[in-house]
Amino acid sequence: MTKQQLPHFEATRRRLLTTGLALGGLGLAGCAGTRATGPSIGRVVVVGGGFGGATAAHYLRLWGGNVDVTLVERNPQFVSCPISNLVVGGYKQMADITRGYDSLKALGVKVVQGDVTAIDAGAKKVRLASGAQLDYDRLIVSPGIDFMNEQIGGLASAFDSGKLVHAWKAGPQTVALRKQLMDMPDGGVYAISIPKVPYRCPPGPYERACMVAAYFKEAKPRSKVLVLDANPEIQSKKALFERAFAQHYKGILEYRPNAELKEVAGNLAKLEFEDVKADVLNVVPPQRAADLARAAGLININSRWVGVNWLTMESTAQPGVHVLGDATFSAPAMPKSGHMANQHAKVAAAAVIQLLQGEAVSATPVVMNTCYSFVTAKDVIHVASVHQFDAGEKTFKTVPGSGGVSAAASQIEGRYALSWADNIWSDMLG
Amino acid sequence: MQTLISALALAAACAPGLASAQDPNLARNLAATCASCHGTNGQARGEMKTLAGVPADKIISMVAAYKSGALPATIMHQIARGYTDEQIRLVAAFFAAQPVKK
Repeated sequence: MTKQQLPHFEATRRRLLTTGLALGGLGLAGCAGTRATGPSIGRVVVVGGGFGGATAAHYLRLWGGNVDVTLVERNPQFVSCPISNLVVGGYKQMADITRGYDSLKALGVKVVQGDVTAIDAGAKKVRLASGAQLDYDRLIVSPGIDFMNEQIGGLASAFDSGKLVHAWKAGPQTVALRKQLMDMPDGGVYAISIPKVPYRCPPGPYERACMVAAYFKEAKPRSKVLVLDANPEIQSKKALFERAFAQHYKGILEYRPNAELKEVAGNLAKLEFEDVKADVLNVVPPQRAADLARAAGLININSRWVGVNWLTMESTAQPGVHVLGDATFSAPAMPKSGHMANQHAKVAAAAVIQLLQGEAVSATPVVMNTCYSFVTAKDVIHVASVHQFDAGEKTFKTVPGSGGVSAAASQIEGRYALSWADNIWSDMLG
Repeated sequence: MQTLISALALAAACAPGLASAQDPNLARNLAATCASCHGTNGQARGEMKTLAGVPADKIISMVAAYKSGALPATIMHQIARGYTDEQIRLVAAFFAAQPVKK
């Protein structure tokens, strides 16, 4: 046994010594025990029913047995950001990316529709907009992102007017963007503004540009797609997206690097040295951890992100509060993706159960990412990575020689992408 | 001491990966990293391969073939290379022990 493994063994031994009698009395029936009856080991409140929060609630019930799990989500149904660009392009419907919470309820998760307005980490309570309060022993927050609209002139009021959409949270804005594209006359220009990294879903904006270009190619062949990227180059799957732009969308799609949006005025996107007129302007704003994270005092890195202990996903700012997904300050080369939030959730669920039982947490977590992007309605590319915990640096690091991107776009990966969505939605929602 | 021994025996009986006695959840946790694509507990939907109930030696040899490149893949060679052989053995034992649901 190495030194590194010792603390866990010691804690396990201690627990076995103190609970050995009860365990012995259970006999092998204890093995069945993922949903055993008996006294609750604790109350866990999960805030946010997306890729991170729903997965956490599911796995707490799957692994924790008699743990009380309450999931608070503001929307009545889950709408997936992954695959939503196919709705924008007209290749999928909203129903295809919408799932309910009934299976989680059947697994014993209490699902509360509501908005959490405050977290009191000292008193271990969350308050809802309805006035209700929930007590917890451990809190898991998967709040997602909100936008830094103040960084771009005129952006907040343009969003308020309802004419400009980001569609960077799947839902009504996805529908609104699709409608704008359908209403646009042939010969028009769709422009998408991409913020500097880090932002949610690095390949997402390039995939969206492909989906809109695919739609124009079929339905409005005189129209153009303009990609205004604040970054100096494509931020994910660069060579593959460049190939797709050239192969499928030559003369339709124009990519401009270092094109940071400064101001929005009507249909004008104002850049540093020029104004660009767009019939449909789609701004993906700069992002930070969501408002709830800010209100709860969880944001402690660069005034934007939540620092976490990667062994437990517990916030480094507020004890007892575990934070998942895009809101976290990412480990090196770790993308802000739904898949990664799903992986964060499993690390958190395992750790929370161990902490509730007074056990040492697992010392060697692993997370991995798979991200598929559609470059046509059927051809897909991927990026994948595996991240092992590094005990010395106390962070996740990618494994040298692992991970990578597709050799080329393919239809078989198109089928895998849709199957990935089907599987991960079930892995989250039961 | 008797209760400790029976408790340890129980823990060992429940643990799918006996090699991970230091961390009884290790195999389960590692296998959960596969579940995002291959389904919760390896019970996959659609075109993804179901891993639940697949014999451990079959999973181990397939992953080894992905790692070496002997078995062509779109993505699995890149993912397989991120895990140690010991981790793959634990994951394989976990999935082999899962019931297959239809």
